Amino acid sequence: MKIKELILDPIIKDNPIALQILGICSALAVTVQLKNVFVMCAAVTLVLAFANMGVSIIRNHVPSSIRIIVQMTIIASLVIVAEQLLKAYVYDQWKTMAVYVGLIITNCIVMGRTEAFGMKNGPIESFFDGIGNGLGYSFILIVVGFFRELFGSGKLFGIEVFQLVQDGGWYQPNGLMLLPPSAFIIIGFITWLIRMKDPSQIEESN
Amino acid sequence: MLEHYASLIIKAIFIENLALSFFLGMCTFLAVSQKVKTSLGLGVAVIVVQTITIPVNNLLYTYFLKAGALEWAGYGHVDLSFLGLISYIGVIAAMVQILEMALDKFFPVLYNSLGIFLPLITVNCAILGGSLFMVERDYNFGESVAYGLGSSIGWALAIAILAGIREKMDYSDSPEGIRGLGMTFMVCGLLAIVFMSFAGISL
Repeated sequence: MKIKELILDPIIKDNPIALQILGICSALAVTVQLKNVFVMCAAVTLVLAFANMGVSIIRNHVPSSIRIIVQMTIIASLVIVAEQLLKAYVYDQWKTMAVYVGLIITNCIVMGRTEAFGMKNGPIESFFDGIGNGLGYSFILIVVGFFRELFGSGKLFGIEVFQLVQDGGWYQPNGLMLLPPSAFIIIGFITWLIRMKDPSQIEESN
Repeated sequence: MLEHYASLIIKAIFIENLALSFFLGMCTFLAVSQKVKTSLGLGVAVIVVQTITIPVNNLLYTYFLKAGALEWAGYGHVDLSFLGLISYIGVIAAMVQILEMALDKFFPVLYNSLGIFLPLITVNCAILGGSLFMVERDYNFGESVAYGLGSSIGWALAIAILAGIREKMDYSDSPEGIRGLGMTFMVCGLLAIVFMSFAGISL
Protein backbone atom coordinates (compact mmCIF):
# COMPACT_ATOMS: atom_id res chain seq x y z
CA MET A 1 0.00 0.00 0.00
CA LYS A 2 1.17 3.48 -0.76
CA ILE A 3 2.06 5.81 2.04
CA LYS A 4 -0.02 8.60 0.52
CA GLU A 5 -3.12 6.41 0.61
CA LEU A 6 -2.36 5.34 4.15
CA ILE A 7 -2.30 8.95 5.24
CA LEU A 8 -5.17 10.36 3.20
CA ASP A 9 -7.72 7.53 3.19
CA PRO A 10 -8.74 7.73 6.83
CA ILE A 11 -9.67 11.39 6.49
CA ILE A 12 -12.87 10.98 4.45
CA LYS A 13 -13.04 7.51 2.94
CA ASP A 14 -12.38 5.47 6.07
CA ASN A 15 -12.74 7.95 8.88
CA PRO A 16 -12.12 6.41 12.31
CA ILE A 17 -14.94 8.32 13.99
CA ALA A 18 -17.57 8.56 11.27
CA LEU A 19 -17.19 5.07 9.82
CA GLN A 20 -15.15 2.81 12.07
CA ILE A 21 -16.87 4.03 15.32
CA LEU A 22 -13.55 4.36 17.12
CA GLY A 23 -12.36 6.98 19.58
CA ILE A 24 -15.61 8.80 20.20
CA CYS A 25 -15.47 9.57 23.91
CA SER A 26 -12.72 12.14 23.70
CA ALA A 27 -14.24 13.64 20.56
CA LEU A 28 -17.22 14.66 22.65
CA ALA A 29 -15.53 15.70 25.81
CA VAL A 30 -12.61 17.91 24.77
CA THR A 31 -14.18 19.87 21.92
CA VAL A 32 -15.45 22.93 23.82
CA GLN A 33 -12.30 24.91 23.01
CA LEU A 34 -10.11 24.64 19.93
CA LYS A 35 -6.96 24.97 22.02
CA ASN A 36 -7.75 21.76 23.88
CA VAL A 37 -8.68 20.10 20.60
CA PHE A 38 -5.24 20.72 19.14
CA VAL A 39 -3.41 19.45 22.22
CA MET A 40 -5.57 16.34 22.30
CA CYS A 41 -5.18 15.67 18.56
CA ALA A 42 -1.42 15.99 18.73
CA ALA A 43 -1.28 13.61 21.69
CA VAL A 44 -3.56 11.03 20.08
CA THR A 45 -1.84 11.15 16.69
CA LEU A 46 1.62 10.67 18.15
CA VAL A 47 0.59 7.92 20.56
CA LEU A 48 -1.27 6.19 17.74
CA ALA A 49 1.64 6.36 15.30
CA PHE A 50 4.26 5.15 17.75
CA ALA A 51 2.03 2.49 19.30
CA ASN A 52 1.20 1.14 15.87
CA MET A 53 4.88 1.07 14.95
CA GLY A 54 5.89 -0.53 18.25
CA VAL A 55 3.28 -3.25 17.99
CA SER A 56 4.27 -3.88 14.39
CA ILE A 57 7.95 -4.31 15.28
CA ILE A 58 7.29 -7.05 17.83
CA ARG A 59 4.29 -8.61 16.08
CA ASN A 60 6.10 -11.81 15.11
CA HIS A 61 7.39 -12.49 18.60
CA VAL A 62 4.15 -12.17 20.58
CA PRO A 63 1.94 -15.23 21.17
CA SER A 64 -1.59 -14.35 20.15
CA SER A 65 -3.12 -15.29 23.51
CA ILE A 66 -1.37 -12.45 25.34
CA ARG A 67 -1.27 -9.91 22.53
CA ILE A 68 -3.95 -7.66 24.04
CA ILE A 69 -2.07 -7.16 27.26
CA VAL A 70 1.20 -6.58 25.37
CA GLN A 71 -0.45 -3.95 23.20
CA MET A 72 -1.96 -2.37 26.28
CA THR A 73 1.45 -2.12 27.92
CA ILE A 74 2.97 -0.42 24.89
CA ILE A 75 0.07 1.99 24.59
CA ALA A 76 -0.01 2.73 28.30
CA SER A 77 3.71 3.53 28.40
CA LEU A 78 3.35 5.93 25.48
CA VAL A 79 0.34 7.60 27.08
CA ILE A 80 2.25 8.07 30.34
CA VAL A 81 5.03 9.79 28.36
CA ALA A 82 2.48 12.00 26.60
CA GLU A 83 0.79 12.82 29.89
CA GLN A 84 4.03 13.80 31.60
CA LEU A 85 4.99 15.98 28.61
CA LEU A 86 1.63 17.75 28.63
CA LYS A 87 1.84 18.25 32.38
CA ALA A 88 5.28 19.80 31.93
CA TYR A 89 4.61 22.11 28.98
CA VAL A 90 0.87 22.89 28.71
CA TYR A 91 -0.26 22.51 32.29
CA ASP A 92 -3.45 24.59 31.92
CA GLN A 93 -4.79 22.48 29.08
CA TRP A 94 -3.74 19.31 30.83
CA LYS A 95 -5.74 20.30 33.89
CA THR A 96 -8.97 20.83 31.99
CA MET A 97 -8.79 17.46 30.26
CA ALA A 98 -6.81 15.36 32.71
CA VAL A 99 -8.99 12.25 32.71
CA TYR A 100 -9.34 12.21 28.94
CA VAL A 101 -5.59 12.22 28.35
CA GLY A 102 -5.34 9.11 30.49
CA LEU A 103 -8.20 7.65 28.56
CA ILE A 104 -6.17 7.69 25.33
CA ILE A 105 -5.11 4.24 26.56
CA THR A 106 -8.58 2.87 26.12
CA ASN A 107 -9.34 5.18 23.23
CA CYS A 108 -10.38 2.35 20.98
CA ILE A 109 -8.82 4.13 18.02
CA VAL A 110 -5.36 3.12 19.26
CA MET A 111 -6.28 -0.42 20.19
CA GLY A 112 -8.39 -0.81 17.07
CA ARG A 113 -5.59 0.25 14.72
CA THR A 114 -2.83 -1.75 16.42
CA GLU A 115 -5.07 -4.80 16.29
CA ALA A 116 -6.33 -4.30 12.74
CA PHE A 117 -3.24 -2.86 11.08
CA GLY A 118 -0.12 -2.97 13.28
CA MET A 119 -0.40 -6.72 13.87
CA LYS A 120 -0.42 -7.41 10.13
CA ASN A 121 1.88 -4.88 8.49
CA GLY A 122 5.45 -3.65 8.66
CA PRO A 123 6.62 -0.91 11.01
CA ILE A 124 6.87 1.88 8.43
CA GLU A 125 3.40 1.34 6.98
CA SER A 126 2.03 1.05 10.51
CA PHE A 127 3.60 4.34 11.51
CA PHE A 128 1.95 6.14 8.60
CA ASP A 129 -1.35 4.36 9.15
CA GLY A 130 -1.22 5.74 12.68
CA ILE A 131 -0.53 9.25 11.41
CA GLY A 132 -3.36 8.96 8.86
CA ASN A 133 -5.93 7.76 11.37
CA GLY A 134 -4.76 10.42 13.79
CA LEU A 135 -5.42 13.01 11.09
CA GLY A 136 -8.86 11.59 10.36
CA TYR A 137 -9.64 11.83 14.06
CA SER A 138 -8.23 15.35 14.22
CA PHE A 139 -10.31 16.41 11.21
CA ILE A 140 -13.59 15.58 12.95
CA LEU A 141 -12.46 17.04 16.26
CA ILE A 142 -11.34 20.31 14.70
CA VAL A 143 -14.63 20.75 12.83
CA VAL A 144 -16.64 20.01 15.96
CA GLY A 145 -14.41 22.25 18.10
CA PHE A 146 -14.65 25.07 15.57
CA PHE A 147 -18.46 25.13 15.62
CA ARG A 148 -18.73 24.64 19.35
CA GLU A 149 -16.33 27.40 20.29
CA LEU A 150 -17.53 29.84 17.63
CA PHE A 151 -21.24 29.53 18.34
CA GLY A 152 -20.95 28.66 22.02
CA SER A 153 -18.74 31.50 23.14
CA GLY A 154 -18.15 33.62 20.04
CA LYS A 155 -14.43 32.92 20.09
CA LEU A 156 -11.79 30.96 18.19
CA PHE A 157 -8.65 29.89 20.05
CA GLY A 158 -9.84 32.15 22.87
CA ILE A 159 -9.79 35.24 20.61
CA GLU A 160 -13.06 37.08 20.23
CA VAL A 161 -14.68 36.74 16.79
CA PHE A 162 -18.31 37.62 17.49
CA GLN A 163 -18.77 40.31 20.12
CA LEU A 164 -21.15 38.99 22.76
CA VAL A 165 -24.29 40.77 23.92
CA GLN A 166 -23.06 41.03 27.48
CA ASP A 167 -19.95 42.87 26.25
CA GLY A 168 -22.08 45.35 24.31
CA GLY A 169 -21.92 43.44 21.00
CA TRP A 170 -24.60 41.76 18.92
CA TYR A 171 -24.07 38.02 19.31
CA GLN A 172 -26.25 36.08 21.70
CA PRO A 173 -24.23 32.93 22.43
CA ASN A 174 -25.87 29.56 21.95
CA GLY A 175 -25.59 27.93 25.36
CA LEU A 176 -26.36 24.47 23.96
CA MET A 177 -23.08 24.50 22.06
CA LEU A 178 -21.14 24.60 25.32
CA LEU A 179 -22.90 21.50 26.56
CA PRO A 180 -21.58 18.08 25.55
CA PRO A 181 -24.78 16.84 23.83
CA SER A 182 -24.23 19.37 21.04
CA ALA A 183 -21.10 17.46 20.03
CA PHE A 184 -23.22 14.37 19.37
CA ILE A 185 -25.50 16.30 17.10
CA ILE A 186 -22.64 17.99 15.21
CA ILE A 187 -20.88 14.66 14.68
CA GLY A 188 -24.20 13.24 13.48
CA PHE A 189 -24.38 15.96 10.84
CA ILE A 190 -20.73 15.45 9.82
CA THR A 191 -21.39 11.73 9.36
CA TRP A 192 -24.40 12.58 7.25
CA LEU A 193 -22.37 14.96 5.04
CA ILE A 194 -19.55 12.45 4.60
CA ARG A 195 -22.04 9.79 3.57
CA MET A 196 -23.72 12.06 1.08
CA LYS A 197 -20.33 12.62 -0.51
CA ASP A 198 -19.40 8.94 -0.42
CA PRO A 199 -22.62 6.86 -0.72
CA SER A 200 -20.76 3.56 -0.36
CA GLN A 201 -20.68 4.16 3.41
CA ILE A 202 -24.48 4.28 3.72
CA GLU A 203 -25.93 1.64 6.04
CA GLU A 204 -28.98 -0.46 5.21
CA SER A 205 -31.03 -0.01 8.35
CA ASN A 206 -31.27 2.47 11.17
CA MET B 1 -23.90 6.35 56.86
CA LEU B 2 -26.16 4.19 54.72
CA GLU B 3 -27.72 7.34 53.37
CA HIS B 4 -24.30 8.55 52.23
CA TYR B 5 -23.72 5.39 50.19
CA ALA B 6 -27.24 5.39 48.78
CA SER B 7 -26.91 8.95 47.59
CA LEU B 8 -23.51 8.13 46.07
CA ILE B 9 -25.09 5.29 44.07
CA ILE B 10 -28.07 7.37 42.91
CA LYS B 11 -25.72 10.19 41.94
CA ALA B 12 -23.53 7.83 39.93
CA ILE B 13 -26.51 6.31 38.13
CA PHE B 14 -28.45 9.41 37.14
CA ILE B 15 -26.66 12.68 37.75
CA GLU B 16 -23.15 11.65 36.79
CA ASN B 17 -24.08 8.96 34.30
CA LEU B 18 -20.82 7.69 32.79
CA ALA B 19 -22.23 7.28 29.30
CA LEU B 20 -24.48 10.27 28.96
CA SER B 21 -22.80 12.92 31.12
CA PHE B 22 -19.13 12.00 30.79
CA PHE B 23 -19.30 10.20 27.43
CA LEU B 24 -17.25 7.22 28.48
CA GLY B 25 -17.49 3.86 26.79
CA MET B 26 -19.00 5.51 23.74
CA CYS B 27 -17.54 3.22 21.10
CA THR B 28 -19.14 0.07 22.44
CA PHE B 29 -22.15 2.16 23.43
CA LEU B 30 -22.78 3.07 19.80
CA ALA B 31 -21.54 -0.11 18.16
CA VAL B 32 -23.31 -2.73 20.32
CA SER B 33 -26.71 -1.13 20.79
CA GLN B 34 -28.71 -2.51 17.90
CA LYS B 35 -30.60 -5.08 19.96
CA VAL B 36 -31.88 -4.76 23.51
CA LYS B 37 -30.89 -8.31 24.34
CA THR B 38 -27.22 -8.03 23.39
CA SER B 39 -26.93 -4.62 24.96
CA LEU B 40 -28.30 -5.96 28.24
CA GLY B 41 -25.70 -8.75 28.12
CA LEU B 42 -22.95 -6.18 27.69
CA GLY B 43 -24.47 -4.06 30.45
CA VAL B 44 -24.37 -6.95 32.92
CA ALA B 45 -20.76 -7.71 31.98
CA VAL B 46 -19.81 -4.09 32.61
CA ILE B 47 -21.54 -4.11 36.00
CA VAL B 48 -19.65 -7.23 37.08
CA VAL B 49 -16.24 -6.01 35.91
CA GLN B 50 -16.65 -2.44 37.14
CA THR B 51 -17.85 -3.44 40.62
CA ILE B 52 -14.74 -5.59 41.03
CA THR B 53 -12.06 -3.42 39.40
CA ILE B 54 -12.82 -0.08 41.05
CA PRO B 55 -12.42 -1.37 44.63
CA VAL B 56 -9.31 -3.36 43.60
CA ASN B 57 -7.78 -0.29 42.01
CA ASN B 58 -8.72 1.66 45.10
CA LEU B 59 -6.71 -0.74 47.29
CA LEU B 60 -3.84 -0.60 44.82
CA TYR B 61 -3.84 3.18 44.93
CA THR B 62 -4.11 3.45 48.70
CA TYR B 63 -1.46 0.88 49.56
CA PHE B 64 1.04 1.13 46.69
CA LEU B 65 0.77 4.15 44.44
CA LYS B 66 -0.27 7.18 46.49
CA ALA B 67 2.44 9.52 47.76
CA GLY B 68 3.61 8.02 51.03
CA ALA B 69 1.53 4.88 50.53
CA LEU B 70 4.55 2.58 50.82
CA GLU B 71 5.01 3.67 54.46
CA TRP B 72 4.20 0.11 55.60
CA ALA B 73 7.19 -1.24 53.65
CA GLY B 74 9.54 1.42 54.92
CA TYR B 75 9.59 3.48 51.73
CA GLY B 76 7.44 6.39 52.91
CA HIS B 77 9.16 8.94 50.67
CA VAL B 78 8.35 7.12 47.41
CA ASP B 79 5.58 8.50 45.17
CA LEU B 80 4.53 6.05 42.48
CA SER B 81 1.37 7.83 41.37
CA PHE B 82 2.74 8.33 37.85
CA LEU B 83 2.43 4.57 37.38
CA GLY B 84 -1.31 4.84 37.95
CA LEU B 85 -2.51 4.43 34.38
CA ILE B 86 -0.45 1.38 33.58
CA SER B 87 -1.37 -0.33 36.86
CA TYR B 88 -5.10 0.31 36.51
CA ILE B 89 -5.23 -0.97 32.97
CA GLY B 90 -3.17 -4.00 34.04
CA VAL B 91 -5.66 -4.73 36.81
CA ILE B 92 -8.55 -4.34 34.40
CA ALA B 93 -7.03 -6.59 31.75
CA ALA B 94 -6.12 -9.20 34.36
CA MET B 95 -9.55 -9.02 36.00
CA VAL B 96 -11.29 -9.50 32.67
CA GLN B 97 -9.08 -12.48 31.92
CA ILE B 98 -9.66 -14.07 35.34
CA LEU B 99 -13.36 -13.41 35.18
CA GLU B 100 -13.52 -15.03 31.78
CA MET B 101 -11.80 -18.17 33.06
CA ALA B 102 -13.87 -18.29 36.27
CA LEU B 103 -17.15 -17.87 34.42
CA ASP B 104 -16.15 -20.52 31.92
CA LYS B 105 -15.47 -22.98 34.73
CA PHE B 106 -18.25 -22.26 37.19
CA PHE B 107 -21.08 -20.56 35.28
CA PRO B 108 -20.96 -21.84 31.70
CA VAL B 109 -24.45 -20.51 30.94
CA LEU B 110 -23.52 -16.98 31.90
CA TYR B 111 -20.20 -17.37 30.12
CA ASN B 112 -21.87 -18.33 26.89
CA SER B 113 -24.13 -15.32 26.98
CA LEU B 114 -21.42 -12.84 28.03
CA GLY B 115 -18.53 -14.54 26.26
CA ILE B 116 -17.96 -12.26 23.30
CA PHE B 117 -18.42 -9.09 25.34
CA LEU B 118 -15.79 -9.70 27.96
CA PRO B 119 -12.69 -8.97 25.85
CA LEU B 120 -14.43 -5.84 24.54
CA ILE B 121 -14.67 -4.54 28.08
CA THR B 122 -10.90 -4.21 28.48
CA VAL B 123 -10.97 -1.33 26.03
CA ASN B 124 -14.21 0.14 27.32
CA CYS B 125 -13.17 3.52 28.63
CA ALA B 126 -16.04 3.56 31.12
CA ILE B 127 -14.10 1.01 33.18
CA LEU B 128 -10.80 2.87 33.22
CA GLY B 129 -12.63 6.19 33.51
CA GLY B 130 -14.41 4.93 36.61
CA SER B 131 -11.08 4.09 38.22
CA LEU B 132 -9.62 7.48 37.32
CA PHE B 133 -12.63 9.31 38.76
CA MET B 134 -12.35 7.22 41.91
CA VAL B 135 -8.75 8.40 42.34
CA GLU B 136 -9.57 11.99 41.46
CA ARG B 137 -12.36 12.15 44.04
CA ASP B 138 -10.44 10.41 46.84
CA TYR B 139 -13.04 7.76 47.55
CA ASN B 140 -12.30 5.38 50.41
CA PHE B 141 -12.80 1.64 50.00
CA GLY B 142 -16.52 1.54 50.89
CA GLU B 143 -17.29 4.52 48.68
CA SER B 144 -15.41 2.97 45.79
CA VAL B 145 -17.57 -0.17 45.99
CA ALA B 146 -20.69 1.99 45.92
CA TYR B 147 -19.33 4.12 43.09
CA GLY B 148 -18.35 1.08 41.03
CA LEU B 149 -21.81 -0.41 41.41
CA GLY B 150 -23.68 2.81 40.74
CA SER B 151 -21.66 4.02 37.78
CA SER B 152 -21.84 0.68 36.00
CA ILE B 153 -25.59 0.36 36.57
CA GLY B 154 -25.93 3.82 35.07
CA TRP B 155 -23.96 2.79 32.00
CA ALA B 156 -26.00 -0.40 31.57
CA LEU B 157 -29.21 1.58 31.92
CA ALA B 158 -28.11 4.06 29.26
CA ILE B 159 -27.17 1.39 26.72
CA ALA B 160 -30.46 -0.44 27.32
CA ILE B 161 -32.42 2.78 26.71
CA LEU B 162 -30.50 3.52 23.52
CA ALA B 163 -31.00 -0.02 22.23
CA GLY B 164 -34.73 0.21 22.92
CA ILE B 165 -34.97 3.43 20.94
CA ARG B 166 -32.90 2.02 18.08
CA GLU B 167 -35.11 -1.05 17.82
CA LYS B 168 -38.12 1.21 17.38
CA MET B 169 -36.27 3.31 14.83
CA ASP B 170 -36.20 0.42 12.44
CA TYR B 171 -39.68 1.53 11.44
CA SER B 172 -38.73 5.10 10.62
CA ASP B 173 -38.00 6.21 7.09
CA SER B 174 -34.96 8.42 7.50
CA PRO B 175 -32.81 10.02 4.77
CA GLU B 176 -30.21 7.63 3.37
CA GLY B 177 -27.05 9.30 4.62
CA ILE B 178 -28.16 9.56 8.21
CA ARG B 179 -29.20 5.92 8.58
CA GLY B 180 -27.27 3.94 11.15
CA LEU B 181 -24.48 5.85 12.79
CA GLY B 182 -25.58 9.41 12.03
CA MET B 183 -29.03 8.79 13.47
CA THR B 184 -27.59 7.04 16.51
CA PHE B 185 -25.39 10.05 17.23
CA MET B 186 -28.35 12.40 17.17
CA VAL B 187 -30.48 10.13 19.36
CA CYS B 188 -27.61 10.01 21.83
CA GLY B 189 -27.42 13.78 21.80
CA LEU B 190 -31.12 14.05 22.66
CA LEU B 191 -30.77 11.35 25.34
CA ALA B 192 -27.86 13.24 26.86
CA ILE B 193 -29.97 16.39 27.00
CA VAL B 194 -32.66 14.38 28.79
CA PHE B 195 -30.13 13.14 31.33
CA MET B 196 -28.94 16.69 31.89
CA SER B 197 -32.25 17.43 33.52
CA PHE B 198 -31.08 15.29 36.46
CA ALA B 199 -28.20 17.69 37.00
CA GLY B 200 -30.31 20.04 39.07
CA ILE B 201 -31.04 17.41 41.71
CA SER B 202 -28.91 17.78 44.80
CA LEU B 203 -28.54 14.87 47.18
